[in-house]
Amino acid sequence: MIPGTFDYHRPASVEDAVALLARLGEEANILAGGHSLIPLMKTRLASPEHLVDLSGIGNLKGISVTGNDVVIGAMTTQFELISSEELGRHLPIIAETSRLIADPQIRYKGTFGGNVANGDPGNDMPALMMCLGATYAVTGPDGSRDIAARDFYQGAYFTALVHGEILTAVRIPIPSPDHGYAYEKLKRKVGDYATAAAAVVITMAGGKCTSASIGLTNVSETPLWASDAAALLVGTSLDKVSVDAAVAAAEAITQPASDMRGPAEYRTKMAGVMVRRALERAQSRAKG
Amino acid sequence: MAKSHIELTINGRKVEALVEPRTLLIHFLREQQNLTGAHIGCDTGHCGACTVEMDDMSVKSCMTFAVQANGANITTIEGMANPDGTLSALQEGFRMMHGLQCGFCTPGMILRAHRLLQENPAPTEDEIRNGIAGNLCRCTGYVNIVKAIQYAAAKINGTPFQEAAE
Ligand SMILES: Cc1cc2nc3c(=O)[nH]c(=O)nc-3n(C[C@H](O)[C@H](O)[C@H](O)COP(=O)(O)OP(=O)(O)OC[C@H]3O[C@@H](n4cnc5c(N)ncnc54)[C@H](O)[C@@H]3O)c2cc1C
Ligand code: FES
Ligand code: FES
Repeated sequence: MIPGTFDYHRPASVEDAVALLARLGEEANILAGGHSLIPLMKTRLASPEHLVDLSGIGNLKGISVTGNDVVIGAMTTQFELISSEELGRHLPIIAETSRLIADPQIRYKGTFGGNVANGDPGNDMPALMMCLGATYAVTGPDGSRDIAARDFYQGAYFTALVHGEILTAVRIPIPSPDHGYAYEKLKRKVGDYATAAAAVVITMAGGKCTSASIGLTNVSETPLWASDAAALLVGTSLDKVSVDAAVAAAEAITQPASDMRGPAEYRTKMAGVMVRRALERAQSRAKG
Repeated sequence: MAKSHIELTINGRKVEALVEPRTLLIHFLREQQNLTGAHIGCDTGHCGACTVEMDDMSVKSCMTFAVQANGANITTIEGMANPDGTLSALQEGFRMMHGLQCGFCTPGMILRAHRLLQENPAPTEDEIRNGIAGNLCRCTGYVNIVKAIQYAAAKINGTPFQEAAE
């Protein structure tokens, strides 16, 4: 499988990349790790005339802490997310999720920015970013703006990014050090996208849940933030009745496709099972 | 469409070439460089037969454009033997432990195992199995591949080789 022809560009700064994308117009696409885009190009589902490779832009890489946020550069690879001690201290759920993405080779090249900007509901990071309340920093011809992860995903491969905008970094508020977390993913084999997956972050105090957030992967056209389900947990001891109610509320917002991963009804039920398992594991990790 | 000029190092040798931007690294290596050790198994990023080392990463060369390797340092199976031509510890391990049958997956397995041992010189069996999770073998059932990597780790570390229980 050979992709169609294109011209290759490798700018050295975000400004140059933005100018190139503006000049080249709609037929230009951004290339990060290429591990979502190249498969599409090989099957000719995508045939951009120009690729603007971001890998020559040094300041798009790296993980830092600014105030109460962790800031992750778009070109940081999934391998780097797993290896970062600082990230592991503040937001261990990111490494836990990254380890469930694809396989080691793909994680060396696949970038965090590509994973969240791609807009494929099968990508694992978007639901996690919705769960964590992340903000995406983007730069385009008209300057820079922030977009909340929870407002970013509008349909399959359809996001709030407009052509010519580059996602430069993601800001994630650091949760309380006592928080409990888990990402649970059901997949048929290594390297498979989720049949269903759930990201859960909770805090507990005196045996009661004081906050909860739930994201769901690959059970709708977009990743989902299950805010109603999470609200049903706050103030409870995560007893069976409350968890059952939250699981039902999470299942209610899913609209999965029937595909080789199973019929829609099954995938909805699996989303519920992932939420339940993630809650159990998050509770066992929460202090307080 | 303009061709791109690339300069890279392959198995210690400096290489300059003109490539079409759409040329995949695996095709560049196999067809322009006559390095046919890395194989095309699935062509979809799943099987790992095309794995090569690129700047301290193991990458699937069927999912990478040759232009993305501009400036990179690449190692393929052709560059894995010791400088005197004898087998490297990993190659010896695959031979001694019967870590291959048809051999189609072996170049990818060895390159992936090479990076794994650079990052984790004494991996547990579990870590080996997770480390080669992106490499499929249709013949061996993996048991002897795991042993081959354990053999190589022991040889490199100068520790006694203990076969994992089956
Ligand atoms: C075999 C295989 C299995 C996989 N399994 C999984 C899995 O289980 N879970 C999962 O989440 N992913 C999976 N992936 C996808 C992988 O994680 C991708 O690498 C990742 O989703 C995209 O990152 P990339 O850097 O490769 O992006 P690219 O492929 O380079 O880009 C993807 C899209 O995003 C756009 N883009 C990239 N960066 C930016 C940016 N900074 N600003 C604006 N737009 C941008 C590109 O234009 C393109 O349209 C798999 C891939 C393969 C090949
Ligand atoms: S040929 Fe590249 S992963 Fe199978
Ligand atoms: S030895 Fe035949 S595929 Fe592995």
